Amino acid sequence: MAKTKVDLTWQELEIGAVVTSPGNASEYRTGDWRSLRPVWNRDRCVKCGICYIFCPDAAINETTEGWFEADLYYCKGCGICAHECPTLSIKMVEEEE
Amino acid sequence: MGNRIGLEVSLSAAEAVKMANVDCIAAYPITPQTHIVEHLSELVNDGHLDAEFIPVESEHSAMSVCAGVSAAGARVFTCTSSQGLALMNEIVHIVASMRLPIVTILANRSLSGPLSIWNDHTDVMSIRDCGWIQVFANNGQEVFDHVLFGFKVAENENVMLPLMIHIDGFILTHVIEPVEFWEKDQVEKYLPVFKPVHSLHPDKPVTMGAFGMPFIFSEAKVAQDEPLIQSKSVITAAWKELGDITGRYYKPVETYRNDDAETLFITQGSYGDTVSLVVDELREEGKSVGLVMDRLWRPFPFNEFRDAVKNADNLIIIDRAISYGGQGGPLAIELRSVMYGEKNQPAITNFICGLAGRDMTIKDFKNIYQRAMEKVKGITLEEDYEYYGVRGK
Repeated sequence: MAKTKVDLTWQELEIGAVVTSPGNASEYRTGDWRSLRPVWNRDRCVKCGICYIFCPDAAINETTEGWFEADLYYCKGCGICAHECPTLSIKMVEEEE
Repeated sequence: MGNRIGLEVSLSAAEAVKMANVDCIAAYPITPQTHIVEHLSELVNDGHLDAEFIPVESEHSAMSVCAGVSAAGARVFTCTSSQGLALMNEIVHIVASMRLPIVTILANRSLSGPLSIWNDHTDVMSIRDCGWIQVFANNGQEVFDHVLFGFKVAENENVMLPLMIHIDGFILTHVIEPVEFWEKDQVEKYLPVFKPVHSLHPDKPVTMGAFGMPFIFSEAKVAQDEPLIQSKSVITAAWKELGDITGRYYKPVETYRNDDAETLFITQGSYGDTVSLVVDELREEGKSVGLVMDRLWRPFPFNEFRDAVKNADNLIIIDRAISYGGQGGPLAIELRSVMYGEKNQPAITNFICGLAGRDMTIKDFKNIYQRAMEKVKGITLEEDYEYYGVRGK
């Protein structure tokens, strides 16, 4: 039941709520769980990639210029990146801000 | 039809499972179900049935194996009782939501404690809301017929739900009765090859039993309940077809001398046969009595039940289980609700009796009738329910 489509009616479900398309867990928007969002301060960031390595959801990507940023479709806002950052360049901010 | 032979009901049930040509049996022995699975293991061992017999280490595993086998698209059977059902409870609910057409015989036995191996319906009622189709078989022939019926209904593409056949432990399982076997070609005609809608196969990967977030859970539950409700038409059609083959026509609610009866006994399971004799005797004494037996327990046959009792003033509901601290036995609680708001609402009395194999004879049911009449006339205090024959009560 990995569909992100929230308007499925009961009639549209497969028998036994079977999921017929393999590998569709990637469609699941875990970003909805987030209350805090990581924000990078590029003045401090040294592009070491520790945030990328520690992210438990592989939700941090490297840009072509070598910066790192969160994929907010998946990022749950756990804050591990901010905790591990050696230059303290990641700040967790409230989603509503 | 095939031969009519005298055989222990458990053994004839196993023979019916053989005739259904199951691919797999996963079971753990427990009294009073034991003879059914013992005989099945012999049939597999001796080469009479080409199936896997998986002797598991617990009932939880038995139903788990059934789930896997059924998900792989094979026909599977298991059988249990009481504590065994309690142990497999978790998976009993899950296979219904997964829409796996497993057929199970429950040899009805009291749930402990005190520890008991004898018959009542406390195990039945413990899984009332598990989402399976549930039918009661009242004698050996009905058990045999309903194994074949069970697979036919469960595997119907519009149903795809597990089905449980309730048979009274010892009263049926350990009794020798004449049973008419079906011919092989009759079974083949009645019970087509199982064609699963989805099955586990590397060529077409699917996920079964997935996680369901709040946004989809309620939809998944309606998608489970609706086919159970709608399965009644398939059930009725399967009984009709069974009747055309065997001459035995089954109905969701069976009746005996009920049309003109002022008072009706309501029973489930093998007590129906006993009470039919009680009805005859009371009729000879000039009493206006009849009998209504609930065969289909889930989905509940509301209209058929209301129709069967529409002329009666009094209903005597015989329960063989307790809803501790509740408003009576589980059957009475349900039937009071079924009758609520009906124009001619009958007086309903409820007796809990025959727990854990305590014998209920014709005399006992006559006593219940007497007691019910006193209650209805206001001679004794009206109560929601009464334990019959309990010393000190």
